[in-house]
Amino acid sequence: MITINPFSELSALIPPLAMQAYVILMVIFVAGGTILDMAHKKSAKYFFQNSQKAKKSATNEVSGSEKVSIAFKTATNEVLTSSEFCSTKRRVAHLLTMYGFLLFIVTTVIMIFNYSTTSNTPSILPLLWHLGAAMLCVGGYWFWFFIRVDVAAEGNKWYRVVRADLFVLSLLATCSFALIWSYLQASGIAGWQTLFFGLFILSSTILFGGVLWSKFAHMFFKPAAAFQKRITKADGSRENLPAPADRPEQFGLGIKREAPRHY
Amino acid sequence: MPTFVYMTRCDGCGHCVDICPSDIMHIDKTIRRAVNIEPNMCWECYSCVKACPQNAIDVRGYADFAPLGHSVRVLREEEKGTISWKIKFRDGREKNFLSPITTKPWGENIPKLGDLEMPDQNALDSQLLCFEPDALNVDTGLPVISKDKLKEGVYY
Repeated sequence: MITINPFSELSALIPPLAMQAYVILMVIFVAGGTILDMAHKKSAKYFFQNSQKAKKSATNEVSGSEKVSIAFKTATNEVLTSSEFCSTKRRVAHLLTMYGFLLFIVTTVIMIFNYSTTSNTPSILPLLWHLGAAMLCVGGYWFWFFIRVDVAAEGNKWYRVVRADLFVLSLLATCSFALIWSYLQASGIAGWQTLFFGLFILSSTILFGGVLWSKFAHMFFKPAAAFQKRITKADGSRENLPAPADRPEQFGLGIKREAPRHY
Repeated sequence: MPTFVYMTRCDGCGHCVDICPSDIMHIDKTIRRAVNIEPNMCWECYSCVKACPQNAIDVRGYADFAPLGHSVRVLREEEKGTISWKIKFRDGREKNFLSPITTKPWGENIPKLGDLEMPDQNALDSQLLCFEPDALNVDTGLPVISKDKLKEGVYY
């Protein structure tokens, strides 16, 4: 199952051109949804105003080469390794879902556009497609049942669903239905296979078509916010925060001191 | 001066929800970011401001004097055991203070309320709070005041 390209089997039922048109439509949905989201929330305007405000209170100028270096650090730390998370569990779950999503999407596009008609797909592609979906499932279900703030901090039950869950639920449904569909296809169970393919398409349409209402666009906004945060540290404006403390010795061990035992 | 959250900085970790003594910091149902659900009830303890690992929570005055340009910003550095304060007055003066952290490290001694048994109806109807009277450490229990005594010393 994991070395079979599910889309080449599907081409007997759906023409490859229709599959490719669907992928292009989803890309348009994501781009359009992100632009509408930006216009609706005025995010770009906010970022511009915020950077202008930060410039006013800047104590030193950030040169072009420094900005490039900051962009590189943002890419390697906040984007590629999710270093902004203070909880290791959240960071690992996020990395699993992020890289799982990338693997799943990239291999889907390659298999649909290059190998949907031939039966000799390089076995690494379906392997990575299944691996991506499995990583999404592991990270996503871990997040959904245990790490999600609604469960961990708010104490709500895992089955309480609100609009903020649109992104993670549609993502989980997409990868879960994809795996089930692939399994049923490899087993040759015709009726159920069609049902789960339909569910897979429905959930992925909600995922990519619901950008305006979900937090899908965070993958574009978060790197911009992380870059802006690093810039404010470099130019000294520090979002109006105090400078880092110079650890005065009279404070002793501070939080590392012996724990109180008087109560 | 109630708290508010910068949505672009908050990553929805829930530390403010855990620490807020007024139970007014909660997670928004639409965007899963922290939000002060009842600014009127905020008593400006700065617990959430200090606890936020992303420095995403700030405090602002009510609309009548907020535009005057003052600000109070806090930076908690647990590894150094310090809390830094930056106070900006509306006439442009700025003061910086540094104080040691005197509480226990973050995450220690959180009561596991979920592990407790569900209280029965009698306990729910009682005036005692959770853990009381044991938590008060009073061997003889709480003092009981009769209703007649309550009238004493009250003049209308």
